[in-house]
Amino acid sequence: MADAIISGLGGLTVGFQVLAMDWRNTVMLLVGFGLLYLGIKKDCEPLLLVPIGFGCILANIPLSDVMSQEGFIRVIYDAGIATELFPLLIFVGIGAMTDFGPVLARPSMFLLGAAGQFGIFITLLLALAMGFPQLDAVAIGIIGACDGPTAIYVTSKYAPHLLGAVSVAAYSYMSLVPIIQPPIMRLMTTKKERETVMKPLAKPVSKTTKLLFPLVITILGGIIAPKGLPLLGTIMLGNLMRESGVVSRLTKASENEIANVVTLFLGLCIGATMVGSAFIKTETLIILALGLVAICLDTVCGVLMGKAMRVATGGKVNPLIGAAGISAFPMAARVVQKEGAKWNKKNYLLMHAMGANAGGQVGSVIAAAVMLSVLAGMGIIR
Amino acid sequence: MLICGMGGTILTLWIMSLVMAFLGKLFPEKPEKKEA
Repeated sequence: MADAIISGLGGLTVGFQVLAMDWRNTVMLLVGFGLLYLGIKKDCEPLLLVPIGFGCILANIPLSDVMSQEGFIRVIYDAGIATELFPLLIFVGIGAMTDFGPVLARPSMFLLGAAGQFGIFITLLLALAMGFPQLDAVAIGIIGACDGPTAIYVTSKYAPHLLGAVSVAAYSYMSLVPIIQPPIMRLMTTKKERETVMKPLAKPVSKTTKLLFPLVITILGGIIAPKGLPLLGTIMLGNLMRESGVVSRLTKASENEIANVVTLFLGLCIGATMVGSAFIKTETLIILALGLVAICLDTVCGVLMGKAMRVATGGKVNPLIGAAGISAFPMAARVVQKEGAKWNKKNYLLMHAMGANAGGQVGSVIAAAVMLSVLAGMGIIR
Repeated sequence: MLICGMGGTILTLWIMSLVMAFLGKLFPEKPEKKEA
């Protein structure tokens, strides 16, 4: 009788014993709390960091079976991440939410959206130079897209073991754009350049052009870089629904209910991949550092393209708008507006920066698509 | 990789910008007709 009671009570203390044996779970529990703190108290991407943080806590509780073969998060993971379905559903919502009008009013802003992705490719080379396997380097480079769903799509497809590190880096740095970008913008430009006033965009865009945009981009992008068609097709489907105006129920469902449910599942799954034994490695720290480098390089290349456009237009472009050529929408555009107004109170760069930022949304997807198609062409991926 | 990736991205987006600029000119926004 006494033995049975002692054995029974012993069963209740096994978790504490396992926790004491592997310090990495304790560290990851603290990381989970840290992510929750950032999301709840600091308002950094709370929609993602709250489920990621909680998923991380769930997976690191000793003897937790949430990610075992029949665990409830494993079931969600297999259904939505292993199949790459969740990031694509998020993309339909992003397309439904995004107004591409500012970039259509000035299509040259697509070039800033292209330059804002160069960090992907430079970081990929850096990761290869540091000895990462080719597919791991692809996943690390994609952090430079500054686009969570793209990073998750590519990583879950080619380097699923890096999903936790890459996703946390992508979303954390996206929320840190207002801190990361301004010093680089100041370093890369002269006072005169920062003070440049740009004329307001007066050119309205017709409904026909807005309707043709998602169709043209899908067909053109799909033909050039077919490997990225799922990414491009879903964001453009969302945008076509928005601009058509005839399927408002679907548009609203995509940008609200579907996006919300998928975001919850996505966050939980990402958090649950951050198990101590797999996450606490020197490799993770290097990935986080390379992700930061990627986003800094995006900003540098975007501003450099802004400078080139300034030269080409005879000084009419404020190169600060180049920093908005990344995918963090509309945060990067707001950062540019704030920085521009700091140097010249008459400067209203928001709409120009929104154009570059919308170009960056398309740019990040195109860059990922081009990268995958080039890698397929080289025989690195199938 | 660097040349193909960066070159491919900028070329694709440049083509897209040209096509969209052309479509913008082909289908300009028409001001709404005011009722008499």
